[in-house]
Amino acid sequence: MATTDTFYEAMRRQGISRRGFLKFCSLTAATLGLAPGFAGRIAEAMETKPRIPVLWLHGLECTCCSESFIRSAHPLASDVVLSMISLDYDDTLMAAAGHQAEAILDEIRHKYKGRYILAVEGNPPLGQDGMSCIIGGRPFLDQLREVASDCQAVIAWGTCASWGCVQAAHPNPTQAVSIDKVIHDKPIIKVPGCPPIAEVMTGVIAYMLTFERLPELDRQGRPKMFYGQRIHDKCYRRPHFDAGQFVESWDDEGARKGYCLYKMGCKGPTTYNACSTVRWNDGVSFPIQSGHGCLGCSEKDFWDKGHFYDHVTDTRVFGIEANADAVGIAAAGTVGAAITAHAAASAVHRIKQRTGAQHTEDEQA
Amino acid sequence: MYTGVPTVKRTAVYVYQTPVRIWHWVNALAITVLAITGYLIGSPLPSLSGEASDHYLMGNIRFLHFAAGYVFLVGFLFRLYWAVVGNRYSHQLFTLPFWRRAFWRELVHELRWYAFLEPEPRKYVGHNPLAHLFMVVIITVGGLVMMVTGFALYSEQTGPGSWQDTLFGWVIPAVGQSQDVRMWHHWGMWVIVVFVMLHVYTAIREDIMSRQSLISTMVSGWRMFKDDRP
Repeated sequence: MATTDTFYEAMRRQGISRRGFLKFCSLTAATLGLAPGFAGRIAEAMETKPRIPVLWLHGLECTCCSESFIRSAHPLASDVVLSMISLDYDDTLMAAAGHQAEAILDEIRHKYKGRYILAVEGNPPLGQDGMSCIIGGRPFLDQLREVASDCQAVIAWGTCASWGCVQAAHPNPTQAVSIDKVIHDKPIIKVPGCPPIAEVMTGVIAYMLTFERLPELDRQGRPKMFYGQRIHDKCYRRPHFDAGQFVESWDDEGARKGYCLYKMGCKGPTTYNACSTVRWNDGVSFPIQSGHGCLGCSEKDFWDKGHFYDHVTDTRVFGIEANADAVGIAAAGTVGAAITAHAAASAVHRIKQRTGAQHTEDEQA
Repeated sequence: MYTGVPTVKRTAVYVYQTPVRIWHWVNALAITVLAITGYLIGSPLPSLSGEASDHYLMGNIRFLHFAAGYVFLVGFLFRLYWAVVGNRYSHQLFTLPFWRRAFWRELVHELRWYAFLEPEPRKYVGHNPLAHLFMVVIITVGGLVMMVTGFALYSEQTGPGSWQDTLFGWVIPAVGQSQDVRMWHHWGMWVIVVFVMLHVYTAIREDIMSRQSLISTMVSGWRMFKDDRP
């Protein structure tokens, strides 16, 4: 049940040493791009401030966000933050089930009206009156609207909640939509990615707890500290891109030497995420480092942007599958042929006119 | 029967002022560089081998593209200014007499001339209606689309807070995402390439077959008429 413990108390109860706690604070400050002095402020906040209740709802999703979250590189982050969340509500992780579990939602809504954070993993389908996603016998859409109505802010975990992801991909049979299409009156922090990076998830929560405000967001509602730059901007293979050194096929010399994956359809240049800096699995690697291009999983509608392995992607804009170059070259060729034909016709026409004029002059003379 | 020096008199009008002519040729060069480098950014040249520090090919190609983009932008802004202070033909590029019936009637006439259905075209000091329509749609509207999408993509590297991001960054979410903006920018290139082909062809053809000069006009500024009939 929801308590008013501080983070620090919860951590100590879990057997985490003070030294470990301070390490967590320093790491979080570094992850958030803050000056070293802020580690102290984070520690102070965690020691003194009552924990903010977080309700974590699951709509149409695959639980990869939760899977990522519980694998946070720094075990403390997941232990501490997750223990707090599981205490309140997270139907895939908490011990409680059935009516007891659902009762927690009502309790938090009334006891902490306007003071709890709603985290949403997945999204609501609007088709068939929302019947494609049922939680506790009711459409998820209803649950989401209810719990959102009294919250302080909403965190949209992952690409599902942020943009719609695979369930909203063409032709979207259940009419799944991102949560900002159904929640209009609350601040929404989008943390896209399929899944988002664990350290990014814990970092966002730690920031909100420490500073009691939302992190600075970009135009699309994503925290600037993690989504301010593209994968491409901080990619360790960027020098090969600037040099013009590309992998041309998966087994060529360039692939072995770690050249740029641009020609293999890497979406690093169009994808805003922290993969190339924070990396994955305790900072071990990220897709490009293991030799595969970025799929652009944190970008809007990335499932519908053509082939994962093309740079100039196919488009369905004009009702056909063709890329701009194929159509462009065909159009230029056709127009070129038309110009040649027209030029020939013009020449013939002019010769005829000339001889016609000559005849008239001759007749007049 | 020709005797000595030909003494045919021709009427000429000064139509394209010097700044307009300079702008035309600078713009033509910028568009050429933009199209070639733009294509090579989308489909880079074959990979170079060796160390990354030995080359800067992609970097140079991109630099040329961005530099030419700035030239295009500054040229466009200057041309907009000149439309205000220049002569009466200088604002044709930014205005279309959409509601004037005669414009559309003459446009049909011009189309019929190209389809060999009219014996001769009409005379125009400025653009003929067909050319006028194409100029406004491709150079003004098309140019704006290319500049807005281009600088939106450019803002991705100058980053949040840069003037490019402040002015053009909104385009990316408005269109969808970065990949969509790239796609439209790429389509725009092909539209302009096709336009350039038509533009060069019709300029040469009109210079020979119409009743007025075209190519020399964009060099000297003087429009010469081959006859004095209306």
